[in-house]
Amino acid sequence: MSMTLAEKILAARSGREAVVPGELVTCRVDKAMATDITAPLSIEVFRKMGASRVFDPEACILVNDHFVPAKDAAAADFSAAMRAFAREQNIAHYFEVGRSGICHALVAEERLCRPGELFIGADSHTCTIGALGAFATGVGSTDLAAVWALGEIWLRVPETVRVILEGSLRRYVTAKDVVLSLIGLMGLGGARYKAIEFGGELLPALPMNERLTLCNMAAEMGAKTAMVPPDAVTAAFFADCKIAIDGAPLPDAGARYARTERLDVSLLDPQVAEPFSPDRVKPVSAFRGVHVDQVFIGSCTNGQLEDLRAAASVLRGRKVADGVRLIVTPATQATYMKAASEGLLYDLAEAGAAITAPSCGACLGGHNGVLGKNEVALATTNRNFRGRMGDPTSRVYLANPYVAGATAVAGTISSPEDLP
Amino acid sequence: MNAIEGRAWKFGDNVDTDVIIPARFCVTLDTHELGLHAMAGLDEGFATKVGRGDIVVAGANFGCGSSRETAPLALLGAGVGAVVAVSFARIFFRNAINVGLPIIEAPSAFAECEEGNLFRIDPGAGAVTNVTMGRSYQAPPFPTEIRQIIASGGLVPYVRRRLGKTSVLDLSGSHE
Repeated sequence: MSMTLAEKILAARSGREAVVPGELVTCRVDKAMATDITAPLSIEVFRKMGASRVFDPEACILVNDHFVPAKDAAAADFSAAMRAFAREQNIAHYFEVGRSGICHALVAEERLCRPGELFIGADSHTCTIGALGAFATGVGSTDLAAVWALGEIWLRVPETVRVILEGSLRRYVTAKDVVLSLIGLMGLGGARYKAIEFGGELLPALPMNERLTLCNMAAEMGAKTAMVPPDAVTAAFFADCKIAIDGAPLPDAGARYARTERLDVSLLDPQVAEPFSPDRVKPVSAFRGVHVDQVFIGSCTNGQLEDLRAAASVLRGRKVADGVRLIVTPATQATYMKAASEGLLYDLAEAGAAITAPSCGACLGGHNGVLGKNEVALATTNRNFRGRMGDPTSRVYLANPYVAGATAVAGTISSPEDLP
Repeated sequence: MNAIEGRAWKFGDNVDTDVIIPARFCVTLDTHELGLHAMAGLDEGFATKVGRGDIVVAGANFGCGSSRETAPLALLGAGVGAVVAVSFARIFFRNAINVGLPIIEAPSAFAECEEGNLFRIDPGAGAVTNVTMGRSYQAPPFPTEIRQIIASGGLVPYVRRRLGKTSVLDLSGSHE
């Protein structure tokens, strides 16, 4: 029977010949991830379940990322609970502050997930990891605790939506704009419970960091996961770390899709999502002149080295506008170090950016750039729901790192092409 | 599970977890404390106004956004008895089942509801009655596996049984 990539991975992990959408299957889990914001509840629940050992310490990943370095005493206690659990359980992949980063970027960077794996994360943007050709999906703390206890999870086999991306991207247009455009077309919840499988002629031209961005915001369409079938880009990404991905599962030729969406990206401009929803998407020109108080560059969506390079290419030799604060948060420690050695951090700081330690921080209104009453921000993040970055009256526009750089310089929402 | 009776608090589509419980309040596991901030993003006074057993009635894709399990916990902590919605976002759906917050998909119940209507709900049967309007609705049944988790009282007792840790605390569970 022909299957989509999602169906193929779930069939393999549930020990079946084939699965069909709608079935509930119990699957063996390859990797289980939690963070400082979700692990403490998982730990408490794990104890209540009467469990004593995690199913496989080598398969568990614990990441300090949301509120680190500790935003307050309560956050310090959360990290401490996770740290103690990691030690007690001999968790193989525990990431401490200063050697950590935003979990999804970190997992890709450390190659902690392989194509064909079932990756369960207690974070809604776990679908990011689908860029590696895995079935990666987000759950809550109790589900994650059950995975620790049993090494398995029940999943409803999702229908798959195929998204074919055609054409090539213009200058200053990125995977962020592609996925914002898709969210605008499909709507918040437009892929609710579905797996998204990307295809089309754009993909071979999309490097891994862009694929991660693309899959990341599938969460904003309500998708269960998003995935890029492994190809030469995937193979090269793993070959960089001397890992072969031969035999990685691919979708079958006759696989059945719930529907197919096609998007020609050739004419796409940089996109911006306005408050208070990631699906309120229009070209950047629609918001030209909107004043901002803060620009934030970072997050699991756009905090990678390439994103910092993009922002620096616009900001280098320019200054952040009066009345505007620019905050830059590299996604991981390795990204931070590379950005330092390339001089990107210097260039950004010289332009007037405040550079923070790797963290989810400002994206979710945690710390390092929380918005006050009636403040307006443009951010390279993924959500702009009411109060997401701070006070309920604050407003957030979502965009790519080029637009973020240009907006910081102009003080109003701008594309690099608008700058003198 | 016992029947629940309470007043309806009506919200729209795409009620996200950032408004159900803003992240800055998510550094506690105390359900009561979380409940003090329930729905703070849309209505800062919600926690003080909502009565024990009251019903949140909402549109499509309720609970979209982050994976924070503190969202259903905050609603429970505020005293919310159940959520009736046109549809639920997938992680919120799992979280609610796992922590024992009754959730019911009933699109017409949303369409025909006015704020403050008296609701009576039998979560086990998926039956919703808008007493004020004199209307009844029936949600489609959950799949067997999910019914087992609900009947066990959530995922914790379910996993305890799987691990052979069943204790007197878990006798309310179903038979596998």
